[in-house]
Amino acid sequence: MSGARVRQNIAFGLMGLVTMLVVLPIILTLWYVVANGIGAISLDFILQPPRNGMREGGIFPAIVGTFILIVGTMILSLPIGVLSAIYLVEYAKDNLFTRLIKLAVVNLSGIPSIVYGLFGLTVFVVLLRLGTSILAGCMTLAIMSLPVIITATKEALESVPASYREISLSLGATKWQTVRHCVLPYAIPGILTGTVLSLSRAAGETAPILFTVAAFYLPRLPRSLFDQVMALPYHLYVISTQVPNMPLSLSFATAFVLISLVFLMNLVSIILRAHYRRKRQW
Amino acid sequence: MDQMAVKIRAKDLNLFYGDFHALQDIQFSVPEKAITALIGPSGCGKSTLLRCFNRMNDLVENCRITGSIRIDGQEVVDDRTDLIALRKKVGMVFQRPNVFDLSIYNNLLFGLRIHRMVSGKDRILATIRWGLEQVGLWDELKDRLNQNARTLTLEQQQRLCIARVVILRPEVILLDEPCSALDPIATMRIEELLRELKRDYTIVIVTHNMQQAARVSDYTGFMYLGRLIEFGTTSQVFTNPRDRLTENYISGQFG
Ligand SMILES: Nc1ncnc2c1ncn2[C@@H]1O[C@H](COP(=O)(O)OP(=O)(O)OP(=O)(O)O)[C@@H](O)[C@H]1O
Ligand SMILES: [Mg+2]
Repeated sequence: MSGARVRQNIAFGLMGLVTMLVVLPIILTLWYVVANGIGAISLDFILQPPRNGMREGGIFPAIVGTFILIVGTMILSLPIGVLSAIYLVEYAKDNLFTRLIKLAVVNLSGIPSIVYGLFGLTVFVVLLRLGTSILAGCMTLAIMSLPVIITATKEALESVPASYREISLSLGATKWQTVRHCVLPYAIPGILTGTVLSLSRAAGETAPILFTVAAFYLPRLPRSLFDQVMALPYHLYVISTQVPNMPLSLSFATAFVLISLVFLMNLVSIILRAHYRRKRQW
Repeated sequence: MDQMAVKIRAKDLNLFYGDFHALQDIQFSVPEKAITALIGPSGCGKSTLLRCFNRMNDLVENCRITGSIRIDGQEVVDDRTDLIALRKKVGMVFQRPNVFDLSIYNNLLFGLRIHRMVSGKDRILATIRWGLEQVGLWDELKDRLNQNARTLTLEQQQRLCIARVVILRPEVILLDEPCSALDPIATMRIEELLRELKRDYTIVIVTHNMQQAARVSDYTGFMYLGRLIEFGTTSQVFTNPRDRLTENYISGQFG
């Protein structure tokens, strides 16, 4: 073997090793969670409220709570996020003000989630008097998700070739028709990816919901947007740290359900992406 | 040349990209229902001039235009100009065949929908058929209108781009080097098509290819460094140029 060939093989080997180092911990964690939790998973675990100081029964209210929070967060953040990104990319003039906003958006996505939690507490819970409620929680999570959705949408829009806009405009389309029919359809996969990414994060975070919506123990389902709910990540935190003599398998089973939920969301986005690719029209 | 009917008249036209003076004091008249070619070395402003006629330069930030362009006597260089109506009337075909990543049918439907021109499946299909017939594509494509336009040959794609413009019933068609991505045979056939289209449309074509200008056009303008150096009938410009620069360019001394 020639020297170049040997060096290439060494380089490839190293890269493979590094990749393994990244992937292995994830696989191990997943395996650990599944192996320890699968035994406690049952229909009752998923469909029953907790009993006996949460040491028995299921996690149904927490699943419903997290589901409500995800849907509410999406309803609030997706339209606002996508529209602001469209404004920033397609309409805003490239001046100092726009550049400042873009910079702010990028930096906001790096802020620790506890800061969003405190922001939600001050503004939504106290100032707007929403109390600890689904509304306050969803708004807090939406604020946290916005930067990621805006950034993803912005990048997706910017990656659509300028020539697509040019043809459309040259045929006499308005700016909005151009965005609607010649730009957005091509950006949707990117937007979906960003949305699912940010919603996955919203689903798994404890800090933003801690003071704004999450209930320690609330076995009944919420009756209005001003109710508190239980949520999977907070429930997991509670049963892992606050409840003595908690069977470990229940914690792992809860984690397993949370991971499955996030996985499900990714699956839906993959299906949607494929669907949009097929159904693109005029 | 004196009795020709004028479709587009540019007067004292100046265009700046920031500080760069890209078009300088252009006086230019485009004859109606004829093919006018714009030739000149790379970077002399041919595309820029062409894109003034449908105001596509508006997309370029800090591009500034002064002077006047009248199409059928109507001022184009004016903030009040209805760009949608203008671009429907003055269609544009680009250098690269830039069909939408959609079916042939939807490529043509786009403009019809944008301008709400026809409705009803039958009438839409009839219009699309008419458009494809205009560019000689109907027989080839009538059985596969739902096929993605990107799967067509480059020549077919460029014809489809022309059909996409023609179907909006424009009066002027601007073409910016429409054949530069095509092989010689396809180029000939597109030129043939342009000769047919000039019966109904005023055509302005930018080309790098002097033989093409000589073959296809009735009038020729020669541009150099942002100025329109010479304009006349194609036979006059090619056989008896008035300006030394034109003569040197046409005889291939620079390019
Ligand atoms: N958006 C722009 N901003 C700044 N300068 C530009 C812009 N577009 C074109 N120019 C400049 O204006 C001049 C004319 O450009 P134009 O594209 O009209 O030339 P052209 O004759 O079409 O050239 P080619 O034959 O290469 O297509 C060139 O010097 C070019 O660099
Ligand atoms: Mg050009």
